[in-house]
Amino acid sequence: MISPMSDLHIELKASIIEQLNLEDINLDEIENDEPLFGDGLGLDSIDALELIVLLEKDYGIKLNDPQQGKEIFNSINTMAAFIEKNRTK
Amino acid sequence: MNDLYIQNNLVCRSSEIWKNKALFFKSEENDDLKAFLKKAYQYIEMDYPKFFKMDNLSKLAILNFEILIQNEKIQDPALVFANSNSSLDTDQKFQKSTATFASPALFVYTLPNIMLGEISIKHTLRSENIFLISKEFNPSLYTQYVSQLFQDKNISETVCGWVDLHNSEYDVLLCRITRNGEVKFTEENLQKLYDQPHE
Repeated sequence: MISPMSDLHIELKASIIEQLNLEDINLDEIENDEPLFGDGLGLDSIDALELIVLLEKDYGIKLNDPQQGKEIFNSINTMAAFIEKNRTK
Repeated sequence: MNDLYIQNNLVCRSSEIWKNKALFFKSEENDDLKAFLKKAYQYIEMDYPKFFKMDNLSKLAILNFEILIQNEKIQDPALVFANSNSSLDTDQKFQKSTATFASPALFVYTLPNIMLGEISIKHTLRSENIFLISKEFNPSLYTQYVSQLFQDKNISETVCGWVDLHNSEYDVLLCRITRNGEVKFTEENLQKLYDQPHE
């Protein structure tokens, strides 16, 4: 199990802010267990596609089943746990 | 066509925004387009986070539209927009991204009429809209189409737009067309607004 304050959490938050152009949001404004979609960060379907690209580009993880995304992209915690378990780079 | 008027106009070029021939906003001359757009966004206190996800062409359109209608009540205006370089700026960025990982966020902006969708979503417009491509600014495109719209669809107002971007050079003219006003909606007056010097 990875620490809630791991480098991966911080790295993920920074990547999401940069990749999704969340210009008005700082790292410390994203809670680890906050929903990324809906009421949380308010990401949309195009953002979901960008997150799939981010997984492949930065961590070598290719999602074969888009339905997996619902659970993986629930929060920073769920993303980090999935990456830690499946990363190839 | 003689009973239509240009109520407001806006010109945006070279780090400056002019509304009704008065300087509205000026950025630093050495600001690039991204910096200029962000400063103008902050200046009008727009508070629309989706703005930052748009490509530069849509940012130019939605930002200047906000300024054109600022402090005014709009009545579901039709949108008649055009430009010369389509979405080439974003097309090239998207093509570059395909060499590694194609960006979905760039792909959705590889059509120039997306700017009309962005404006319509922001203002909940259900009006007619069209985007035309023309080699250069052509006032007759607007006068003919808009006159027909007013005649056939019985609309209250239209916003005509020229929103062009290529190689970081941007050229924007927006005009709000209504049934009341002082400046007649003619090809000559549109061309004068497009040609207006800023001094």
